Amino acid sequence: MNAHEYAFVVVATIGSIAAVAVVTARNVVHAALYLVVTLAAVGMTFLLLGAEFVGWVQILIYVGAIVILFLFGLMLTKAPIGRDTLDYQNRAVGAVVAVVVAIGLGSLILQAWPLASTPAAPSAPGGSDVLGSALFNTYVLPFEAVSFVLLAALIGAIVLARRDEGT
Amino acid sequence: MTGIDWVLLVGRVILVFVALLISVLLYIWMERKVIADFQTRTGPMRAGPRGVLVTFADGLKLFFKESISPTNADRPVYLLAPIIATIPAFLAFSVIPFGAPVVIFGRTVPLQLADLNIGVLWVLAMTSIGVYAVVLAGWSSGSNYPLLGAVRSTAQMVSYEVAMSLALVAVIMFSGHLKMSEIVAQQDKVWNVIPQFPAFVVYLICALAEVNRPPFDLAEAESELVAGFHTEYSGIRFALFYLGEYVNTVTVSAIAVTLFLGGWRGWWPFHGAAAWLGPVLWFVLKVTAVIYVYILVRGTLPRMRYDRLMNFGWKYLIPFGLFWVLATGAIVVLPDRYGHRRGAFMAVGIIVAVWLVMSLVKQLLESPRPAPASREGLAT
Repeated sequence: MNAHEYAFVVVATIGSIAAVAVVTARNVVHAALYLVVTLAAVGMTFLLLGAEFVGWVQILIYVGAIVILFLFGLMLTKAPIGRDTLDYQNRAVGAVVAVVVAIGLGSLILQAWPLASTPAAPSAPGGSDVLGSALFNTYVLPFEAVSFVLLAALIGAIVLARRDEGT
Repeated sequence: MTGIDWVLLVGRVILVFVALLISVLLYIWMERKVIADFQTRTGPMRAGPRGVLVTFADGLKLFFKESISPTNADRPVYLLAPIIATIPAFLAFSVIPFGAPVVIFGRTVPLQLADLNIGVLWVLAMTSIGVYAVVLAGWSSGSNYPLLGAVRSTAQMVSYEVAMSLALVAVIMFSGHLKMSEIVAQQDKVWNVIPQFPAFVVYLICALAEVNRPPFDLAEAESELVAGFHTEYSGIRFALFYLGEYVNTVTVSAIAVTLFLGGWRGWWPFHGAAAWLGPVLWFVLKVTAVIYVYILVRGTLPRMRYDRLMNFGWKYLIPFGLFWVLATGAIVVLPDRYGHRRGAFMAVGIIVAVWLVMSLVKQLLESPRPAPASREGLAT
């Protein structure tokens, strides 16, 4: 194992422990904070692979914006914010879903990258220029489709949240 | 990396850390003096010549005060919040070049801690992590005023972050680099503030909102919220919040200087041994000038009302930021494609046309003002 792999082991362990803590935490805000650790670990993994841009965007968007919005929503709606216990009793269903998802994702990854052919060293670093030209030349159609979906979600949220007078 | 490289690296880290601390001490003193001048007072006069050591004395006092934590507080998070307030503030500074590269022991040493390929992104990531300090401090104090202050300032910081990112995107598009040193290098003929003046204005406003400084300091509107998210903090933890806020202000000004005002570039007559001093002096001078503008704004403008603040952010700054990103696209692409002069004319024409169309569309989209009679509806 080289230094990269040691670093990956450390980051992955921290991320996994935090991921378990997200679902076991009894306090919503603590769960959100563990989620921050998990997402930051994902970002670190991207950095370890040499994908500097993706790694920092992951931290900027997920850690810096999405979890902040979670916390903000928790505060604003006064959802179970104190020390109320958070426990969903339907554990059997949860376990089945978790196992199915794990098998699905695991087999997908193993199909795409068989264990024997795993490259030892991180591949060539994907700079922002490579990523940008790939995104806006090769994958411009999926990109536009995703942005259309996001736009629809945005407008939907506004429609749901808006209270027109007289209705 | 040999031993000397490590020594140089650690030396730079310590240098930046100490310089930031000292600059915060001097900056708070300067702010108090300038504001006092505005109000025809003398300001702090006792500690040191003209009261220059006042912040040092305050910090020392806070350091030895008892740190009280409320019974209702969520202790681990309560202790974590002030640390999160301070660390990203220092980290964000690490990508800023504060002088031209110098030669020490036969090596060229950039006067910058880390020249990341994605420097601008790093700054944005650090400012967005800084928001956690506010959220967590407000929530974990287990008290109402901090919670309200935290809700307010989180909404404010998240909203203005969007507009700030748009302003930075325009600069990145114009200069074509994400690396701080390259952005400074690209400004060797004209500072970005001239071609990117609208982005500069948007950035300055958003930066004020981002660091919760007056007139955007609704997080700690004393008349409404006691002291906002850090009401329940005392002693050294309060000092950490204070320190974080002021380091953030210095960092934000340094970013404005680096991206828009040419960084460390400036006129300097000496060559040879004293050549390194000029860029550093220019950098310090420009940062001081930006900070001075911020102090003047604080001394001049009253605090904004909260709904106006949000309206201003979402309905004016963000649409304008989007428009300016599109306009920058035209400015960058068209001269390349259609020759220099014709493309520039076309870019200006397109910008003006889009501006006119947008101002017309805006009139159509705006709902008519509610009639005064609707007040009765509220009363029932």
